[in-house]
Amino acid sequence: AMNYSAKDEVDGGPAGPPGGAAKTRRPDNTAFKQQRLPAWQPILTAGTVLPTFFIIGLIFIPIGIGIFVTSNNIREIEIDYTGTEPSSPCNKCLSPNVTSCACTINFTLKQSFEGNVFMYYGLSNFYQNHRRYVKSRDDSQLNGDPSALLNPSKECEPYRRNEDRPIAPCGAIANSMFNDTLELYLVANESDPKPIPIPLKKKGIAWWTDKNVKFRNPPGKESLEEKFKDTIKPVNWHKAVYELDPEDESNNGFINEDFIVWMRTAALPTFRKLYRLIERRDDLHPTLPAGQYFLNITYNYPVHSFDGRKRMILSTISWMGGKNPFLGIAYITIGSISFLLGVVLLVINHKYRNSSNTADITI
Amino acid sequence: MTVPKEIPEKWARAGAPPSWSQKKPSWGTEEERRARANDREYNEKFQYASNCIKTSKYNIVTFLPVNLFEQFQEVANTYFLFLLILQLIPQISSLSWFTTIVPLVLVLTITAVKDATDDYFRHKSDNQVNNRHSQVLINGVLQQEQWMNVCVGDIIKLENNQFVAADLLLLSSSEPHGLCYIETAELDGETNMKVRQAIPVTSELGDVSQLARFDGEVICEPPNNKLDKFSGTLYWKENKFPLSNQNMLLRGCVLRNTEWCFGLVIFAGPDTKLMQNSGRTKFKRTSIDRLMNTLVLWIFGFLVCMGVILAIGNAIWEHEVGTRFQVYLPWDEAVDSAFFSGFLSFWSYIIILNTVVPISLYVSVEVIRLGHSYFINWDKKMFCMKKRTPAEARTTTLNEELGQVEYIFSDKTGTLTQNIMVFNKCSINGHSYGDVFDVLGHKAELGERPEPVDFSFNPLADKKFLFWDSSLLEAVKMGDPHTHEFFRLLSLCHTVMSEEKNEGELYYKAQSPDEGALVTAARNFGFVFRSRTPKTITVHELGTAITYQLLAILDFNNIRKRMSVIVRNPEGKIRLYCKGADTILLDRLHPPTQELLSSTTDHLNEYAGDGLRTLVLAYKDLDEEYYEEWARRRLQASLAQDSREDRLASIYEEVESDMMLLGATAIEDKLQQGVPETIALLTLANIKIWVLTGDKQETAVNIGYSCKMLTDDMTEVFVVTGHTVLEVREELRKARKKMVDSSHAVGNGFTYQGNLSSSKLTSVLEAVAGEYALVINGHSLAHALEADMELEFLETACACKAVICCRVTPLQKAQVVELVKKYKKAVTLAIGDGANDVSMIKTAHIGVGISGQEGIQAVLASDYSFSQFKFLQRLLLVHGRWSYLRMCKFLCYFFYKNFAFTMVHFWFGFFCGFSAQTVYDQYFITLYNIVYTSLPVLAMGVFDQDVPEQRSMEYPKLYEPGQLNLLFNKREFFICIAQGIYTSVLMFFIPYGVFAEATRDDGTQLADYQSFAVTVATSLVIVVSVQIGLDTGYWTAINHFFIWGSLAVYFAILFAMHSNGLFDMFPNQFRFVGNAQNTLAQPTVWLTIALTTAVCIMPVVAFRFLRLSLKPDLSDTVRYTQLVRKKQKAQHRCMRRVGRTGSRRSGYAFSHQEGFGELIMSGKNMRLSSLALSSFSTRSSSSWIESLRRKKSDSANSPSGGAEKPLKG
Repeated sequence: AMNYSAKDEVDGGPAGPPGGAAKTRRPDNTAFKQQRLPAWQPILTAGTVLPTFFIIGLIFIPIGIGIFVTSNNIREIEIDYTGTEPSSPCNKCLSPNVTSCACTINFTLKQSFEGNVFMYYGLSNFYQNHRRYVKSRDDSQLNGDPSALLNPSKECEPYRRNEDRPIAPCGAIANSMFNDTLELYLVANESDPKPIPIPLKKKGIAWWTDKNVKFRNPPGKESLEEKFKDTIKPVNWHKAVYELDPEDESNNGFINEDFIVWMRTAALPTFRKLYRLIERRDDLHPTLPAGQYFLNITYNYPVHSFDGRKRMILSTISWMGGKNPFLGIAYITIGSISFLLGVVLLVINHKYRNSSNTADITI
Repeated sequence: MTVPKEIPEKWARAGAPPSWSQKKPSWGTEEERRARANDREYNEKFQYASNCIKTSKYNIVTFLPVNLFEQFQEVANTYFLFLLILQLIPQISSLSWFTTIVPLVLVLTITAVKDATDDYFRHKSDNQVNNRHSQVLINGVLQQEQWMNVCVGDIIKLENNQFVAADLLLLSSSEPHGLCYIETAELDGETNMKVRQAIPVTSELGDVSQLARFDGEVICEPPNNKLDKFSGTLYWKENKFPLSNQNMLLRGCVLRNTEWCFGLVIFAGPDTKLMQNSGRTKFKRTSIDRLMNTLVLWIFGFLVCMGVILAIGNAIWEHEVGTRFQVYLPWDEAVDSAFFSGFLSFWSYIIILNTVVPISLYVSVEVIRLGHSYFINWDKKMFCMKKRTPAEARTTTLNEELGQVEYIFSDKTGTLTQNIMVFNKCSINGHSYGDVFDVLGHKAELGERPEPVDFSFNPLADKKFLFWDSSLLEAVKMGDPHTHEFFRLLSLCHTVMSEEKNEGELYYKAQSPDEGALVTAARNFGFVFRSRTPKTITVHELGTAITYQLLAILDFNNIRKRMSVIVRNPEGKIRLYCKGADTILLDRLHPPTQELLSSTTDHLNEYAGDGLRTLVLAYKDLDEEYYEEWARRRLQASLAQDSREDRLASIYEEVESDMMLLGATAIEDKLQQGVPETIALLTLANIKIWVLTGDKQETAVNIGYSCKMLTDDMTEVFVVTGHTVLEVREELRKARKKMVDSSHAVGNGFTYQGNLSSSKLTSVLEAVAGEYALVINGHSLAHALEADMELEFLETACACKAVICCRVTPLQKAQVVELVKKYKKAVTLAIGDGANDVSMIKTAHIGVGISGQEGIQAVLASDYSFSQFKFLQRLLLVHGRWSYLRMCKFLCYFFYKNFAFTMVHFWFGFFCGFSAQTVYDQYFITLYNIVYTSLPVLAMGVFDQDVPEQRSMEYPKLYEPGQLNLLFNKREFFICIAQGIYTSVLMFFIPYGVFAEATRDDGTQLADYQSFAVTVATSLVIVVSVQIGLDTGYWTAINHFFIWGSLAVYFAILFAMHSNGLFDMFPNQFRFVGNAQNTLAQPTVWLTIALTTAVCIMPVVAFRFLRLSLKPDLSDTVRYTQLVRKKQKAQHRCMRRVGRTGSRRSGYAFSHQEGFGELIMSGKNMRLSSLALSSFSTRSSSSWIESLRRKKSDSANSPSGGAEKPLKG
């Protein structure tokens, strides 16, 4: 759509001065303007496509096998202690009347766990990825910002203030922090009933950046309790944030690693979070030898109301993390499919080439 | 807008105009206009528009509000504004406000910058025009004034070759009788000069002092856009004088051949007819545009569906799970039921899923089109060296439609032909001249011609005239009487005016270029038409000046198809010279010798066969008594009251009989360069070309043959010339029957039943065997375009290989285009150069103007302009094709990438309680469309090429996918969408599968939300980058730069956004701190990305490879063999052409209006100095203008001009 432009009247008219401006109207003879830029023009030919498929197949299948084998070598045991089944020792804890309930679950490791062993708690049907849940936190507060400490972000509603005092840490995520306590004991042998407690390390379970950058206690020289004195603990919590780990200053307050791990919300409603480390003692003894164990649970965390499940997981680890059968199988499958596709395409291409040659002649 | 006719009568009651008192200026509706000369005070009362024109829209203050207001009138922008408002509601907001506002602001800014630049140039050109100077009479003195300061009622002086500054009433001029010549090329495209005359009372106001005292008042119609109508009255000295268009000089015209003239400004600035005519033209949209809009609506529907599904999901989830999960996540205060929560989540999802209709789509499309337009402007192969005009894409929104054209409607004159007539050949007394023979006596081909004939012996020769056959000059020099008489005729029998500025510098002003060519030929061969008076013609015959007495001009008209002059030579002998169409003239000859007749006829056939326009020349001696008696009868007839024309015609006919044959001329209507080749190529590309011309049938058919649209081996050329509805219907029916019968005879298996339904008929007709052509003239076309016949006409015409419509009016041109547009659902292109093509150019999907001509009206109305018809092939086959291809690829990819991107949210919805939680970081959502994935696809959309440009010319069939709309249609769209959805599924579920239970290599949780987001985003960026790499067929350095650059930028921004520094500054905005390095350090993550990429891309590659090796390669084979066949066929045709016997196609070389003979005989258009030589007769002087005017209005009433008996092809 063009409007009348007075310029046309000037330039187009026969009385308009020729030359001068006209000379510059000649288009430049550059590769760009004439669309002659040198270019690479790849075409999908049998010579490039078929080898690609074979190569993908040849690369993916071994990787898949490698992953699969690695994954299979990983020891993992999962113990559900939700206690919904009446037979479960933790069944008694489901009743809302019971406070501070403890239960014990026995289990057997048929094979020993070598190397570092990781202890996780797993939750199911727990929507840490819900939009309202995810945003219900104040990272300024968690970063130790004194003003945010006393005046948390609106995103924390309805866990922003309680009894007219700001909640620290505020928000639904913090409020719903997992607070079961798990303890692991090895029943050394049948004859000796005295179980050996497995040492559980509670530091080193969070990302370095989280612990050192993202989460910080409020600045100042006074004690943690002083720093948090104007705040109130989250509604669901039994103890204040400065009491999370009273023994270790560097693991207390906002930089408590259990807290940090909880605050790194999960992507999916079924997830596991690292709870404790069981460090390898030496090369000679397996970290967790095969045998009878029992798990002591201080059952505080209700999940029954929304059909949630709670699990304790023990797992060893490899270069690619924990047990992950999916990746290996996927790689093997895709590799095979790629290889097969290569073969199929090869056959089709071969057949077609014959027919095209004849078509050339007959048409 | 109508002008009340009774108004002049009302004014007539009083000698002077009624007083002003009762009337108040009413805004907007001006009922009449009054302007008093030299009285600015009086005229100011009316507050008429000043002569300052303003095409610009904004100024600095109004720009922002006005422009924003305009932009928000667009649905897309309003939609995004609506989304932005939605996001401000905390319960709904699923994204931060900037994810919408950043793209929106970007889009608005880009558009605003473009608008501002456009407006800046408009301001500039406005200023340039407004600051032009003209001489205005102020307080009795001529002063230089800028155009913008000229007011209604001013008297301004114009000089030769100046633009007329406003619509003026011509008061007086340097020429006798207040005549003045103007060129109206800019208004109506006609390059021949027009005469305007001042009314007699003012024409005497020759000098400034007289004019300064002039105080006449003009009352006339209000401003309107009718270029050829004006009605008003001049009140002066107690008298009133009617004014018509004949007295007006309109803005945009150029004064020619007139030293100076004075005019009274009637309409100024925006009120001028030129400006009134330059309204906003209809906004054209391409079919892709329309398809895109439909698809966007569909997508929108799809979006709502997804929103509804997820909202229902949300309501159910909140009801089943959410209520019980309230221990950890209580509902928002305002939310009291699962249903309400679902309702809110619907809007939340609309916000996060809105990226399926990306705001950047429209902007990107515009950018790509702009790029293509620049490529057209920059193309040096479409630059005409001679006229120094590059091709110009005047509209930047239609480029891809150039790749889909199926019908081309072409004007003839000035488009196919150069409108240059060249005296090419002649036959004198049975001897043909003009062919060049080499030594062996063979006709020499073009290009190996020897030197042109040397006319240096003749000082008056026109240097530009070229002739190649020297034997003609030898014949002249030898004194061959026939040859002498031949050229004498050419120098006498015409209505050309001569002008001799300096001694020997002759300029001929011919009404038709044919006549100019003939007179110029005579001039160069030594018979120089030097000057004329109403009664004499002076010719320099081989150096000696001879003055012939001009007794009569028997002028041309459409029925007579001939013109004659009767002259008395110095010896006193009276001779009639006649030239005319062969069909007419050969019957009116004194029976010549059989030998002469047959050889002349042979020559005529030969000339016609070469596409030349022929004329037969003859003379007749009259004796004195006969002439006296004849002249008396003629005078009687011319004074007759009734049927004057008929009586004159019969008297003319009587004298133009029994003539002696002199010979024949052949004039070449020079085709534009490369026209036949272009037409051949476009035909091969399956584009149908229709010629729509106002010219006569013979000429049009001639051109049809010379540009190879018509060939002699066509099965048949149907000519439809019926004058009544029935005749036309019958002729069309016959044509169809013939086509169907022959195809039946050929055995195609079609049976023709009497009355087939139209749809069936079309299918039959589209399969007819043989090549047919249709020639239809204006009369018949008028009937054929009536509602009940248009389908029949269209079917017939579309079954023909070539269609020529002649003698069509501009309106009919538009109607034909409209007809094809309406029923054929095909893309049409109209190309023309003149004002008569404007309607068709505006009607067609794409209008192309031939620039570099003098008229510019067509160019102004056009979407593309260039100076040579042959550039059309490049515009369509190269630029159009590429544009279409690029646009289609762009759209496919664009929809794909946005679906792949957005649908992940949908799948994630099922795992996050339908809470409208996004999968990605909000910054990723903001930047995905505008940074990470925009440039590679833009580069592809601008630079991609599938085959080099030479190939698309070599294989015109490559154009076909565009016509059939194969590359982007609803099917392709669904494939893209499906691919996008497929990708999104994998993009979500593969990481889901991997992450569900996995842990990192340090034992910590892998499946945290942030790591998941980074993994999905990274694999998405990689997958769409690989995909664009696959789609890009032409990797220039720019493509490399953009594709690799985008990937690099993604990672750079990712790490920057996740850096400690940003987090320290804004902890609540950059929550992903440390995520990039933690996540991307995991081998599992990279294995997942590699897996996702492989799974997403592998099927695409396999599918493309299969399609490439199975389907198109086969069609390539077919295409190749077809091309080979076509080539053979073309060669075949050429060989046959050489030996064919020319069919008779006579062309009468006149195209001018009747009536110039009278003008000449009256002497009105001659300067007094030359008139002094002749005995000036006053007899006809008062009447000639009247009769000329009457004739003009007659011919205007019957648009196709005088009735013409057509020749059967």
